[in-house]
Amino acid sequence: MTDATAGGMSAGPDRRSASLLTADPLMRRRNAAETRFRLYGVAAIMISLSMLFIMLWTIFSDGVSAFRQTSLTMAVTLDAERLDPQGNRARDDMMKVTTIGYTNLLNDALKSYMEARGIDTGEVSDRELSAFISRDTPAQLRNQVIANPDMLGQTIEVKGFATGRIDGYFKGRVTRETAQVDTNISVAQLELADQMREAGILTVGFNWKFLTNTDASDQRPEAAGLGIAIIGSAYMMLLVAVFVLPIGVAASIYLEEFAPKNRWTDLIEVNISNLAAVPSIVYGILGLAIFINFAKFPQSSPLVGALVLTLMTLPTIIIATRAAIRAVPPSIRDAALGIGASKMQTVFHHVLPLAAPGILTGTILGLASALGETAPLLLIGMVAFVANYPSGPLEGGMLEPATALPVQVYSWASRSDPAFIERSSGAIIVLLAFLLVMNIIAIVLRRRFERRW
Amino acid sequence: MNDMRIVERAVETRNIKISARGVQVHYGDKHALRDVDVDILDNTVTAFIGPSGCGKSTFLRCLNRMNDTVAVAKVSGTILLDGEDIYDRRVDPVQLRAKVGMVFQKPNPFPKSIYDNVAYGPRIHGLTRNKAELDEVVEASLRKAALWNEVKDRLQEGGTGLSGGQQQRLCIARAIATSPEVLLMDEPCSALDPIATAQVEELIDELRASFSVVIVTHSMQQAARVSQRTAFFHLGNLVEYGETGAIFTKPSDPRTESYITGRIG
Repeated sequence: MTDATAGGMSAGPDRRSASLLTADPLMRRRNAAETRFRLYGVAAIMISLSMLFIMLWTIFSDGVSAFRQTSLTMAVTLDAERLDPQGNRARDDMMKVTTIGYTNLLNDALKSYMEARGIDTGEVSDRELSAFISRDTPAQLRNQVIANPDMLGQTIEVKGFATGRIDGYFKGRVTRETAQVDTNISVAQLELADQMREAGILTVGFNWKFLTNTDASDQRPEAAGLGIAIIGSAYMMLLVAVFVLPIGVAASIYLEEFAPKNRWTDLIEVNISNLAAVPSIVYGILGLAIFINFAKFPQSSPLVGALVLTLMTLPTIIIATRAAIRAVPPSIRDAALGIGASKMQTVFHHVLPLAAPGILTGTILGLASALGETAPLLLIGMVAFVANYPSGPLEGGMLEPATALPVQVYSWASRSDPAFIERSSGAIIVLLAFLLVMNIIAIVLRRRFERRW
Repeated sequence: MNDMRIVERAVETRNIKISARGVQVHYGDKHALRDVDVDILDNTVTAFIGPSGCGKSTFLRCLNRMNDTVAVAKVSGTILLDGEDIYDRRVDPVQLRAKVGMVFQKPNPFPKSIYDNVAYGPRIHGLTRNKAELDEVVEASLRKAALWNEVKDRLQEGGTGLSGGQQQRLCIARAIATSPEVLLMDEPCSALDPIATAQVEELIDELRASFSVVIVTHSMQQAARVSQRTAFFHLGNLVEYGETGAIFTKPSDPRTESYITGRIG
C-alpha cells in the first residue's frame, strides 16, 4: 500500500505531497503573469494620466493669462474743435471724424498726461508712445462720443487696453531680450512701461472683456474676446438639444419597442451604427449642400450649425437611448402589459422614466461632443470674422452670423501674433468650463432621475 | 371549519369560464403547443404541471394574449372567454388583459410607491371616479392580498423595498385591483421562501372565491395543495386533465404517473 503510493509520487508531480506553504513552479509562473498584467494596466493608466496632465498644464499655463489684461488709464479732454469741427453736435457731421481723428486726440492726450504726471518719456518718441494705446481705445471712445455728444468739451478718464506687446511684457511673454529683436517694441518702451505701471497709468486686472468682446483684427489682439463665440455655441447647444431630444428619443422608442424585427429595421439599425462613424466634416458638406445651398438658410448662422450638429449627434444619441431603453428589465413591461396597459402607456409610464437617466446622460454626452466639433462648422461658414453680436434668441438671433468656441480656438491659433496664442488657450479653458458644466448637469440629472428596481 | 368548507364547495356554481379548443402555438419553427383542449372553470384553482419546456407557461400566456408581445409566436385554435373568442380580430388585447390579470414568476413591482403600484391598474382603466374611491380599491386589494396590515403605514414607500414574499403579494394586489375575472399565475412562488410560499398559497385559496385562478407550478405538492383541477403537459401536449385528486392518485396516462412519481421531468 505504501509502496504503491510512493511509486505514484515518483511517476509524476503529486500535488497531494506538495506543501501549501511553498508555491510550485506553475503557481509562480501564474502569479508572475498576473503581476505583469497588473503592471501593464497601471502603466497604461499612468501614461494616460500624464498625457492628460501635460495637456491641461500647457493649456492652463498658456491660457490663464488671457483672463488678465493690462489697461491704460489717462485723462482726456474731449476737444470739441477736433471732434465736432462743424460745432452743431449733429450725428452725421460727427461721424465724419474717423477713428484716426480720435487716435490723434488720444496720442496727444497721453503725451500731455505723462507730462502732467511728471513722467519723463526719455528716448521714447511720440510715435513710440502712441504705440502704447490699443487701436481699440479710439474706436470705443468714438462710439461713446457719438452716442453721447454732451461729453464734448469735458475732461474724462479713459480706460482702454494697452497694446499686446506691453501686455505681454507684464505677463512675461515679452522680455528685454526679445524686445531687442522685435521691431514692434523697444527696450526704452518697456522701461517707460515699468514707470507708467508704478505711476498707476498701466494696471493689470481681470479681463471681463475677454468673455464679452467680439473677435478683433490682427492688429489689436488685446481687444479680441469670446463674446460672439460663447453666444453662438450657447445658441447651437440650445437648438441641438431641442432638435435632437425629440427626434432621437422618438426614433429610439419606435425602433426598440414598436418596430417589427425584419430586414428593413435591420438595415436601418446597421445604417445608424454606420452614421455614428461618419467623419464630422462629411456632415459639414451635407449641411452646406442642403441647408445653405438648397434651403437657403443664412450662412454662418447658429441655426444651420445646430442642424448640422443635430445630424451629427443623432446616431450617437439614438444608440445611447436604445441602450438605455433595452436596459429596462422586461419584467417591468410584462407587469404593465399584464394589467392591461397599452403599449404606449407601458412605454411612457414605465419604460421611459426608468430609461431617463441613461437617455439624459447619452444626450448630454452627445451635446458635449457637438460643442467641441469644429470641422462641419468651418464648412458652413461659421469661421467668418463676426463683428456684431447676434440679437437675442427670440429676435431671430439664431439666424444671424455667429461663430462657435472651437472655431474661435482654431482661428486664433492660426494667427501670427503671439498674443492670439494666449487667447486661443484661454478659449480652450472656456470651452472646457462649458463641458464641465454640461457634465455636472448630466450627473445631477442622473442622480435625480435614478431609481432602483 | 372543514365541514363548512365542504358545504361551501357544494353550493359553488362551476360554470365554464375559459374554453380552449385545438390551441396550437408555434415559436418560429418550433411547435411549442399541440392541440390543447381545456375547459377552465369559474371559482376554481386550475394547476398546470409538467416538466420544463412542456408548454404550460406558453399556454398560460395564450389566455391573456401575452404571447402577442413575442414577435415570432403564432397562436391558432380558439380560446373562448365567456363564449367570446379572445383571438377575434375585434378583441383588443389591452381590454382582455384587464379581465384576465396576470402574476409573474419573479415579483416585478413597478419602481413606484406601494400605493401607486396598486392604483396603476384602476387609474389606466378609469375604474374609479375620485381619490376616495381609489383609496378604497387600493385598500381592498391589499387586504385581499393579505398585505394591508404590513404596509398600511408606509403606502408611499417604494414597492421595491419590500421583501420578496411581500413584493409577490403586492403584485397579486396589483393584479386584482382591476377586478379581473380570471387570474393567471406563472409559477408565483418559485422565487419565494417556504413561509412566503405558504402565505401566497393560502391567498390563492381565498382568491378562488372571487376569481377563476390558473396557476403554473413546478411543485406537484403545491398543485395538490391549492388546486381543484390539474392539467399535465408534456412535450407540448396536454396529456391529462381532471380533478386534482384523481390526477395525483390514479392517473390514467402512464406519462402522468411517471412524472408524478419522479421518473420523468
